[in-house]
Amino acid sequence: MSRILGPDDVRRALARIAHEIVEREHTDGLVLVGIADRGDHLAFRLSREISKIEGAEVPVGVLDITFYRDDIGLSAEAPEVHETRIPFDVSGRTVVLVDDVLFTGRTIRAAMDALMDLGRPRRIRLAVLVDRGHRELPIRADFVGKNVPTQLADDVRVMITEVDGEDGAIVQEGSTGRRLTEAPPIAGHEAPAIAGQGESA
Amino acid sequence: MNEHLLSMHDVTAEDVVRILDTAESFREVGTRVIKKVPALRGRTVVNLFYENSTRTRISFELAAKRLSADVINFASGGSSVSKGESLKDTALTLQAMGADAIVIRHSSSGSPYQLTKWVRGHVLNAGDGTHEHPTQALLDLYTMRERLGRLEGLRVAIVGDVLHSRVARSLSFGLVKMGADVTLVGPATLIPPDAPAWGVQVSHDVDEVLSKLDVCYLLRVQTERQRLEYFPSVREYARLFGLNRARVGLLPEGSLIMHPGPMNRGVEIDSDVADLPQSVIEDQVTNGIAVRMALLYLLLGGRGESGEQASRG
Repeated sequence: MSRILGPDDVRRALARIAHEIVEREHTDGLVLVGIADRGDHLAFRLSREISKIEGAEVPVGVLDITFYRDDIGLSAEAPEVHETRIPFDVSGRTVVLVDDVLFTGRTIRAAMDALMDLGRPRRIRLAVLVDRGHRELPIRADFVGKNVPTQLADDVRVMITEVDGEDGAIVQEGSTGRRLTEAPPIAGHEAPAIAGQGESA
Repeated sequence: MNEHLLSMHDVTAEDVVRILDTAESFREVGTRVIKKVPALRGRTVVNLFYENSTRTRISFELAAKRLSADVINFASGGSSVSKGESLKDTALTLQAMGADAIVIRHSSSGSPYQLTKWVRGHVLNAGDGTHEHPTQALLDLYTMRERLGRLEGLRVAIVGDVLHSRVARSLSFGLVKMGADVTLVGPATLIPPDAPAWGVQVSHDVDEVLSKLDVCYLLRVQTERQRLEYFPSVREYARLFGLNRARVGLLPEGSLIMHPGPMNRGVEIDSDVADLPQSVIEDQVTNGIAVRMALLYLLLGGRGESGEQASRG
């Protein structure tokens, strides 16, 4: 296990991301939407940082993406759900999605679908505290706290004071077989195409 | 959670909390412009209703649709049942068509249980005979918890025809499980003789209990049973047990009036009482959708027998 971010690193990273968001997106029509259950706390902190810089209040919403996940029915129990609380209309806004770790990109895909069901944002940006690579979808972050090269099987955990009692991030060396699914064979490609001919070949 | 929901005995107190918490998240979905999430895309839910029902069937239908499941509504009238098809054959037919969950209402107690012997999908009891109606109990628990902030220690009276009421049975079992204090109130002929074994109290005098209640839960007087002479007349019942303005005055401040519907206004509840602010009968209906969404999600959202066929994304 190795620590990749300490409390000060998290604080500096959030302060820098707040500056970058203000510089690139301005605060006009800007909203932050954190993905439960750590991204939401990061979003509230970013909003406070931004108000320190600009004096502007940036509204924060909390998004639960459980219903939009693509692995419902693949784990033994239905995934636990949290409440979505977005006290503003996202239509026409610049929405910065905030999450703790960017990995496969599937969570962000789900979050974008969820947002689209709530309205029509003018644009969607993505801010993450840690980008650990291994994307499975064509998604990238606009604001990154730290890029961390990892093995696929590693476990990256971000801790934040509101949930875990302290700020930081660690990488746990992976155990084998973390990935859930093997690709199923594509129909018509795995077997001999025509019965009879296949056997002689 | 159990694979099926047949009775309140299928869920633990922990399950109840999980169901109600999940339902809270689904309540938010019902307030959106687009009241729909893709959680159960590609799953099929069959509503198999052998008895008349408005709110339960529509509530289940809406719940499944808001989860993006496909819904088939089956009513015994206008189907092969009128040609004499048995429950088993109907069930096997639905199974062959790929139902992932069957919601059943039937006049015979125990028919949902019987169904689980024949089909592979999840079975949800939407009311069977005089046995149970667990989803109604759960939406009632949700409404009480939402309004009063807790279930433990709540003092609840269930007033009316408890003997024939599957709602009263499920609700009593649920409330006792959650640590509430339950009193069944009604004429002696309509209180089941084994009631003390449920862990509840019994009273035959509604005026005596009203002042000590957090919730007054009224049951529908099943007037169709009146000719069986469980009580002398509907008018007498209304006078002895009906909730009127004077009796509402005995209820403590902040207590709730509940009714599972459909109401007989003027019998178990006076018309103006039903429309008081402390009467949360409409909330019960609204919450019913969220609670049924939670149940369908928790039962179908895991890797059940049908889960293996579920495709990704």
